[in-house]
Amino acid sequence: MAISDIKAYTHLTPEDVEALGRELDAIRTDIEESRGEKDARYIRRAIQLQRGLAAGGRIALFGSRNKVAWTAGTAMLALAKIIENMELGHNISDPEIHSTEWEWDTTSPTVHWKKSHNFIHHKYTNIVGIDDDIGYGIMRLTRDQRWERWMIANPVNNILLGTLFEWGVAAHGLEITRYRKGEKSMAEVRKDLKIIGKKVGKQVGKDYIVFPALTGRAWKHTLGANAVANLIRNYWSYMVIFCGHFPDGAEKFTKEEYENETQAEWYLRQMLGSANFNAGPLMAFMSGNLCYQIEHHLFPDLPSNRYAEIGERVRALCEKYDLPYTTGPFLRQYAQSFWTILKLALPNRFLKATSDDAPETNSELKFRIRDGVKETFGVDPATGKRRGLRTAVRELQTSGVASG
Amino acid sequence: MCSLSLRNLTRWSEAPAKDVETATTPKINLLRGLAARATTPLLPDDYLKLLNPLWSARELRGQVVDVQRETENSATVTIKPGWGFSGDYKPGQYVGIGLRIDGKLHWRSYSLTSIPRRHEKLISITVKATPEGFLSTHLVNGVEPGTIVRLAAPQGDFALPDPPPAKLLLVTAGSGITPVMAMLRSMAQRGHDSDVVHIHSAPSAQDVIFHDELQALHGGASGYALHLNLTGDAGHLDFAGKLDTLVPDWRERPTWACGPPAMLDDIEGVWADAGLEDSLHMERFVIARTDKGGEGGTVTFGVSDKTIEADGATSLLEAGEQAGIQMPFGCRMGICQSCVLPLESGHVRDIRSGREHGEGDRIQTCISAASGDCTLKI
Repeated sequence: MAISDIKAYTHLTPEDVEALGRELDAIRTDIEESRGEKDARYIRRAIQLQRGLAAGGRIALFGSRNKVAWTAGTAMLALAKIIENMELGHNISDPEIHSTEWEWDTTSPTVHWKKSHNFIHHKYTNIVGIDDDIGYGIMRLTRDQRWERWMIANPVNNILLGTLFEWGVAAHGLEITRYRKGEKSMAEVRKDLKIIGKKVGKQVGKDYIVFPALTGRAWKHTLGANAVANLIRNYWSYMVIFCGHFPDGAEKFTKEEYENETQAEWYLRQMLGSANFNAGPLMAFMSGNLCYQIEHHLFPDLPSNRYAEIGERVRALCEKYDLPYTTGPFLRQYAQSFWTILKLALPNRFLKATSDDAPETNSELKFRIRDGVKETFGVDPATGKRRGLRTAVRELQTSGVASG
Repeated sequence: MCSLSLRNLTRWSEAPAKDVETATTPKINLLRGLAARATTPLLPDDYLKLLNPLWSARELRGQVVDVQRETENSATVTIKPGWGFSGDYKPGQYVGIGLRIDGKLHWRSYSLTSIPRRHEKLISITVKATPEGFLSTHLVNGVEPGTIVRLAAPQGDFALPDPPPAKLLLVTAGSGITPVMAMLRSMAQRGHDSDVVHIHSAPSAQDVIFHDELQALHGGASGYALHLNLTGDAGHLDFAGKLDTLVPDWRERPTWACGPPAMLDDIEGVWADAGLEDSLHMERFVIARTDKGGEGGTVTFGVSDKTIEADGATSLLEAGEQAGIQMPFGCRMGICQSCVLPLESGHVRDIRSGREHGEGDRIQTCISAASGDCTLKI
């Protein structure tokens, strides 16, 4: 049933949680105060690189009948699209730069993205029934979501989403889930559809009409190259997003948890709800620094080039408060997400674990329903260390009751 | 029928570029709009400015070409404006300058000291470094030729009519000389020989910006007469007592005055007593007040023309909603940027970090409170 009481789940006292919140506030203040020319230069350079690659790719594709030019052009264009969507579109929220005017290079209109992503997803992260990003209305990604017959298509929908990711994000702006629940009228959906249509027209026009036409006799090759570049960007963004939200250990929450939430508890929810993956500097850049998904969710408006540095401090806090810091190799994180998608195509009666104690979702009840496990709050008098979620999970595992 | 479809075609071509300012050649937006079909969601300018920073009309920009010292603490900064900047300004108007220092954009307005010329595209401002003026100090002492600055289109009502009146009086002090210098230069260039009396105050002769140029005008054949009042020796001019002896016919002269608030208040009083408010034109250089510790103030919503009093703990978003404005909003906790609005004037304080934002900044209204009076563009 997902986490309803984040303090009970993490085995932290209200004072602990508030103290953790203050420490995270301090990180924010430190970064904000040290924000300066270096960060501005980083963004400027990223923009220059992205535009250079885009222009280079488009120019190379004028010779797209040549195999080398085709490959180079497609690669540059794909890279440009990835950097634009992941690093620039996703992370630039510095109001002094252009977040209010920035329109990103994808079929999803920025105005929808700002609502569905910046607002709903970042505020109500992983609250089952509010954050539509848990499955995007086309997949079951936690057993907290009631199984319906169409969910048998989970694996197929997953592949379709990866392939058509850009279109999935665009369609997300229609908020079909809200329409289904009757919270949104058909007229509103139609209005949003019109906004999307306008953006789609421009994007499709550019990649599939204007540039093929400009390259004349090579139009077929250019068209193919543009389609492939879009496809590469789609798969890559999809992988990065799924590795950040659906590996084991990225927890889900109930509306009850959200209702009386303090700012510190919001922080804690962000920490538990997201997952990182291991990445070197190049991989980090290409993922838009979303390999630091936990940091991105804690401080979505801080410059993404600082996430690595923030990450070290967040890790230290996890150590101090005995909290898990979910991370792992890229492919393992994806494999976990993928396995969840496969499993959850089936109704819960075919699944072993309950929604209180499953890889993709847990609740505080898992510590209560098993006899003999003590609720250990506060500082361990023997070691002087704060006992939190990690100790509690370890005790559960060593208490001899199997989970899975 | 034919002309209608042609107009539609034109409008379609222009559409992506319709918000771009093109001061002199509006037809260029046809080309810009067509090219934008290939560069969407960006404009061609966004790519071209990588080749030359001035090749962009998305925002007005300029490049510093020269910094010439005028006095010990003032300098004339010459700027080459980029695409979209209108050279069609009036002498006496001011221009907004935005300079990036340590990654942050700082905006201030300065009077143009250049005059509009047909073939000369450069503009200049003359800046006096003041102890409390962060940007002015930087412009006088630290700005390198080649630096790119942001520009805001010239504006202001402090300008001479064209042609200027036959007789007029100019009263300035300190850096208040700058807009008036543009007027004098323009008159000289256009060959207007109005009868001009100019009273200028400065601490000493070394502190007089444009000293030599003013003296040359004074000694020239035009109808220009300069009264220099050096306050280091003579103290502040007593307008109520001395004006009749200094300029006996001042009542017949339309007057333009620019300088510190105390002087302007004096002058305003003298002219009001004489019932001559209508012939007095003043420009106030208001020093930005940054020492207000988020204590609230009157929030003005520029476009909707509404105001409300807000304390230092009320977010501007809440204040706007109380005033009945349809404020853009999202998370209300400072993360989603849905509520960002441009700050037209005044200062606001970030409730979370305590950081102050000033004129020209884009601010998150949900986590900003008034720090003194301020105006939001909505």
